[in-house]
Amino acid sequence: MKIENVVCPFCGCLCDDIVVEVENNRITAVKKACANGRGLFLNAHTQAAQPTVDGREVEWPQAIDVTARILAESDNPLIYGLSSTASEAQRKAIGLADLLGATIDSTSSVCHGPTTIGIQNQGEPTCTLGEVKHRADLLIFWGCNPAAAHQRHFSRYSALARGKLTPQGRKDRTVVVVDVRPTVSSRKADVFLQVRPGCDFEVLSTLRALLKDEILDVDEVGGVSVAQLRDLVERMKNCRLGVIFFGMGVTQTGGKHLNVAELIALVAELNAHTRFVTMPMRGHGNVAGADSTLTWQTGYPFAVNFARGYPQYNPGEFTAVDVLARGEADAALIIASDPVAHFPRQAAQRLSQIPTIVLDPEVNLTARVARVVLPTATYGVSAAGTAYRMDNVPLPLKKLVDSPRPTDEEVLSKIIACVRPQLT
Amino acid sequence: MSEFILITGRTSKQGTALHKGKESAEYRRATGYVELGRADRERLGLEAGQRVRVRTLFGEAELELQEGDLPQGMIFVPLGPAANALIGAETQGTGMPDSKGLEAEVETL
Repeated sequence: MKIENVVCPFCGCLCDDIVVEVENNRITAVKKACANGRGLFLNAHTQAAQPTVDGREVEWPQAIDVTARILAESDNPLIYGLSSTASEAQRKAIGLADLLGATIDSTSSVCHGPTTIGIQNQGEPTCTLGEVKHRADLLIFWGCNPAAAHQRHFSRYSALARGKLTPQGRKDRTVVVVDVRPTVSSRKADVFLQVRPGCDFEVLSTLRALLKDEILDVDEVGGVSVAQLRDLVERMKNCRLGVIFFGMGVTQTGGKHLNVAELIALVAELNAHTRFVTMPMRGHGNVAGADSTLTWQTGYPFAVNFARGYPQYNPGEFTAVDVLARGEADAALIIASDPVAHFPRQAAQRLSQIPTIVLDPEVNLTARVARVVLPTATYGVSAAGTAYRMDNVPLPLKKLVDSPRPTDEEVLSKIIACVRPQLT
Repeated sequence: MSEFILITGRTSKQGTALHKGKESAEYRRATGYVELGRADRERLGLEAGQRVRVRTLFGEAELELQEGDLPQGMIFVPLGPAANALIGAETQGTGMPDSKGLEAEVETL
């Protein structure tokens, strides 16, 4: 059976044109997806799997019971992850955090958390990827490498996409890459500006100064000549629709949210000359949904704590790396992410010292140190749900094959039902 | 021993190896190396494929050396367990550790 217009849940591009062939409840072929998407569909775990407690297989009711007891006995539980699950499950996770008085944080905090802080300071001049595809004639990729991390971004939405006002695709657009090193993406650009590591803020400030016709007494800033920056400002002022897409090169480097705020300030000021927008290159398939759902439910996008009975927000205090590295969390529920594989060692180690529960289709590195492992269905493969694309457009993830595995939403509902009576 | 600026990040191989499982040989290979530009590699008299130790203020990792298209003075380690050992947990009130732009040393084994 051929299933068309399938949404790939892997990255923030959420490509919705994938064709999947299913025979005897197995995915046998995947067309149009990138290597990452193809890998996800062809290696998705859909077979029955038993939960484990302390490494021993147990039945689901026992696993839920142990999970509920760990969470109910905890003084300061952490719920973390959320970005590779559906928004229906994210909503349940937030309900559980509220019930427990827990800290809840998503992978945003080690990805585009600084972007959110920057947006809270500056606002966000943005648009959808559809508008980029049809109208944008100047594309700037700053500190991101879509050719490696968002492999179909160029062809579906940006550099190569053919739109109503960009019928010739690549020929109708100018592509600029700003990075600290040459990348696969920079080799495909018309202009490559190589910035010295840690100098993004200075370069962005210089662009703002040049836009205001300030006189500069230097010839070079952050490894880039002022002549090159002047040329970029002219391109920016004279385009029809300009976009700055940006990634971890801006958020994970010194200055973090201040870099983002400076970038957005530049984009906002460019709107005195032409239409200009910006968009973070969101990594995980539904990380944008984690921000949206948390904001809709609590008023805050990440780093939320319910200890006082109402939501409080404070990055640095209620973000997962900090809560773990300071040894404050005394139990952890990790949903659809792998912090042991991606957190600084000091933070990751804490997860092996406290009772950790993992809800994930994969037996990942966090599952290896967890007390309880709850194997769940994969949204977009063996479960339906909602995910938000990097431009915050929600898309429906399809169920392609049946699986005996429960969804994250079902498991979280059972945990909530089991925890509630233990708290009163 | 030589001083460098360390950048960590995604690669397409690290992305596809994820699907083979994080205990697979593919994932270990895709995350267990450090890239150095040619000029630095020749200056230090190192060969691609050789094991080196990368050290930061926060930890160290033994990695395979590969040559990459990097400016002088920069090294690159893909996201994964080795990169985690090199990164500190201080987030300066943002939640985000410094994953790019760390001072690092490379030492021949």
